[in-house]
Order: sequence, then C-alpha cells, then structure tokens
Amino acid sequence: MSTLLDLNSVSLQFGGIIALNRVSLSVEEGSITAIIGPNGAGKTTLFNCITGFYRAQDGQILLSTKHKPLDLVQLLGGKFRLFDAPWSNIKKVFYGFFGGTHLVARAGIARTFQNIRLFSEMTVVENLLVAQHRHLNRNVLAGFLNLPGYRKAEAKALECAFFWLDIIGLSDLANQPAAALSYGNQRRLEIARAMCTEPRLICLDEPAAGLNPNETDQLSLLVKRLRDEFKVTVLVIEHDMSLVMSISDHIVVLNYGEVIAKGSPKEVQANPKVLAAYLGSDED
Amino acid sequence: MDLYVLGQQIVNGLVLGSTYGLIAVGYTMVYGIIGMINFAHGEVYMVSAYLTAIGLAVLAYFGISSPWLLISLTMVFAILFTSLLGITIERLAYRPLRKANRLAPLISAIGVSLILQNYVQLSQGAKNQGVPTLIEGVFRMGSEDHFFQITYMQMLIVVVALIAMGLLNFVVQKTALGRACRATQQDRQMAQILGIDTDKVIALVFGIGAALAAVAGVLITLNYGSFDFFVGFVTGIKAFTAAVLGGIGSLPGAMLGGILLGLAESLFSGFVNSDYKDVFAFALLVGILIFRPSGLLGKPSVEKV
Repeated sequence: MSTLLDLNSVSLQFGGIIALNRVSLSVEEGSITAIIGPNGAGKTTLFNCITGFYRAQDGQILLSTKHKPLDLVQLLGGKFRLFDAPWSNIKKVFYGFFGGTHLVARAGIARTFQNIRLFSEMTVVENLLVAQHRHLNRNVLAGFLNLPGYRKAEAKALECAFFWLDIIGLSDLANQPAAALSYGNQRRLEIARAMCTEPRLICLDEPAAGLNPNETDQLSLLVKRLRDEFKVTVLVIEHDMSLVMSISDHIVVLNYGEVIAKGSPKEVQANPKVLAAYLGSDED
Repeated sequence: MDLYVLGQQIVNGLVLGSTYGLIAVGYTMVYGIIGMINFAHGEVYMVSAYLTAIGLAVLAYFGISSPWLLISLTMVFAILFTSLLGITIERLAYRPLRKANRLAPLISAIGVSLILQNYVQLSQGAKNQGVPTLIEGVFRMGSEDHFFQITYMQMLIVVVALIAMGLLNFVVQKTALGRACRATQQDRQMAQILGIDTDKVIALVFGIGAALAAVAGVLITLNYGSFDFFVGFVTGIKAFTAAVLGGIGSLPGAMLGGILLGLAESLFSGFVNSDYKDVFAFALLVGILIFRPSGLLGKPSVEKV
C-alpha cells in the first residue's frame, strides 16, 4: 500500500498557545486511521489544517496524486515575503488570488464536523446535490436555458444523490428539510454529503458523538463500507474507544499538540505514554 | 373617494414598486450572502441610467430606429456593463475587507458611492440629462378630463420586472448555481469545504444584483426621460427600505417590499400630500425597524449555538 497523505512536521500556534507542534504522520491509502487524544490535544485543529480551514504555519501536508505530491498548505496562499525565493512568492501570490479552501476539496479531501453543519434550510437531496457542484456544468446560461448537457449533468447528480440516500437509508426523506431529520440521520447525511464530493480521503470529526449504541454500530458498518466498497481512505477523530479499536487499521495519539504514539490498535493500547496521557501517570 | 384617482395611484404604485423591487433584490442578495449593506448599489443604478443614454446614442449613430430593438440592445449593453461594474466594486472595495469587522465594508461602500457620484458628475456634467420617449401610446379609461391611464411604457416596466424576478427565482431555486448561492449564504466555510469557489459565487451575486439594477435603470430612465448624477441616492435608499420592509435577506420579501412601498408612496402622494412622500416612505422604514425589525417575510435572526 502507498501513502495517501503525508504530514511533515506541521506546526500551528494561536498567539502563545502551540496547538500543533511538529506533527508528522502518514495515512496509508485505503486504510482507516484514527486520531485520538484527550480533549484539547489538537485533533480538530489538525483536521482543520488538513482540510484547508486553517493554514499551517510551518511544515508540509502532502497529498499524493498521479504526478508529484500536492502540498495542501500552499493551496491556501500565504503572506508575501520579500526574501523568499521568487518562485515561491509567485506561487503564494497566485494562490492568494485564486486559491482557497475549495481547492483542497477539489484535490479530493472531504470532511464532516463535530457539530453538524448541514445546510439546514435546504432539503436532504439538495444537500447532496450541492456537494457535487464542482462536477456539474456550472455555466449560468446552460442552467438558464436548460440545455441538454446541463440536464444530463443534473440527472447524473440526482442519481448519485439517491444512490447515497439509499445507502444511508434516507430515500424516503429526500425532500424533507435537512433540519427536520433526527440527529443520527443528520450525522449520516453529513457523511453522505462528504462522499458526494467524490473524495479520496474523508475526514470524520467525532462521527459517533451523541449516537446511541445501536446507531454507533450502524456507523461503524458504514465507515468500514466506505473503505472496503468505495475505496476511500478514512481519517477519523473519535472518543468512543471501542469503536476506534474495532474499526481502525492505524491509530495516532495526540497530546498537547504532539504525536505521542502511533501504530496498530494493539500497540497503542499497550503504550505507557498513551495510558499516562489518558489516565495520568504515577510520576506526575 | 374618486375611483379613477385611486386606480391611477395603484397603477403608478405598481410601476414604481416593481422598479424598487428590482433594485431591492440587489441589496437583499448581497446582505444574504455576506451580511453587508451595499450602499453603492443605488449608484450602480444611477450609472445604468447614464449607460441607457449612451447606449441609445451609439445605436442611433448606427442608424437603428426600431424602438424594440433599441430598448433590447440598450438593455443588454447596460446589463453587461453594470454587472461588470458590480463585480469590480466587490473585487476592489469589499473583498479585501472580507475578514475585517462589519463596519469597514460599510464605510468602503459609502466611499464607492461617493466616488461613482463624483466621477459621473465630473465626466458627464452636473446638469440634468434626458433621453427621448421611445414607446408612445397609452391605454385610457374614462372621459376626456376625468380618466385613468396606463402608458405602454408602464406596462412594459411591470412585465419586464415580473419576468426578471421570475427568472431570478428560477435560477436561485432550480439551478446548480442557485444551489451554490444558497449554500454559500447558509454556511460559507462549509460550501468551500464541498469544493464551491465561494469568492466566485459572491462575485456572481454582485453581478446579478447589478444586472437587475440595470434593468430597473433602463426602464425608469426610458419612462421618466430625465436623470442626473444624484438619482441613485434617493432611489437606492428607497429600494433599501423596500428590502428591509420585505425582510432583508429574503428574495420574495424584496419583491413584495418593493411593491408595497411603491403602493404606499403613490397612494400617500395621491391622497395626502405628494411633497411629503419621501418623508412617509422613510417614516415607514423607521416604523418597520421599531416594530418588526425582521421585515414581513424575513426570519427573526436566531443566534446559532
């Protein structure tokens, strides 16, 4: 297996607080990788850097592509600094004008949020359609005149939306406003929406938060299915340890913005540093 | 009460109101998508009035004399140029301030408004300009000195305004682009994460708003025949009032607010006092802000937790 995502000493500070301190990790293509750690360890911040929400101040986030790896940090543009190499400054200015978070999504990274962020005033199916925006014919005139090409693209998008609704079992509720769904359904809809962007890597931020045990089981099946059936690499933040241990191929443990352990579930469980981070160590 | 006068004022109100509605759409869409009041929008309308005159002059130079051809070509010219202006204003004056506090783009908007006013005054002269009447003819009911009338131009205004709003509604509700607009309006960051270029969407919204202002500008200019560099101010503020009346951020609200404000204003000037019609319109604005700040169709803003 090859590496899909490679983080190379990524750092981020907020004022005096070091949120991420030289975080390096790699995610294998086709794996489920979990990021765990106590509250405030920097897990969500790391997600925000990977998905282009925040711009990492230092380090590289490399996504493998067919050609050479793409540095996601650069896509966000950056401050022009006179003494940088001219080429890197030109790049910064270019991405400052034309870059942005949307390019990270277009590179193939999708995410869900800890607090659900559906478009609550849109219907369930519209939420899935909007996620396919970049695949659609976006020409205003084509939509205006309802040209055949536009209609075909819309029909395809609709088909894809219903395919996912079927998988998450919400086909009957397609035309309900998203806000009317139950909490568990909203969570699954958010995953389906992320999948509609056709990502290579999907980042799930505490997908099981607030779910009952039954819903959690369904979720773990869905996540495994994403990997096995749809060949998507999954990166997941989760506090539910039994879920994490049962689905992950690989676990990364963060504490105070630093990676303190990585490895298979068994290795991580046996690691004394991890136990110390979660339970407090005797030496303290 | 004289029914002819009442009917006449209602017609005048509908005509006035549909143009307010067209301009109000620009305020409401921009507010909806980036939460700022684009005070330069009235000036965009004013520029489109000048573009009408320029367009007509150029077309006349090429010997085109059919009024329908003149109107439609002028409309296309004004729409293209004005939407470009709208997009440029957004790019230069508002986008650099996207992350600043809410007051900064507001001040910037006032600045743009002043720049446009003064530029037009300098380049086109301060005196009133006029365009010839293109569509003559009137539909009239009643006797010789006691009647009720609708000019064909007025009919055209209402019809075109309705078509423009219908098209806009279609685009926003039914097309992929409209979905992207609504998504950006509800949660801009999330829209970005789904791969939508929200900067483009915002620019487009400015373009659409300016295009509708241009439609209104061409129609009003052809109807009244005269304009100057200052027409954008009062009309802009009126349209803003209409947007607030309907519920700012809501598209049907802008249209409804425009028509209601037009009716209120023209009934007031017909039956009470035409000198105080502006006072009445703005008193209405104050009243709405006090008693129903979210407008007729607007949703009361709920803080997201």
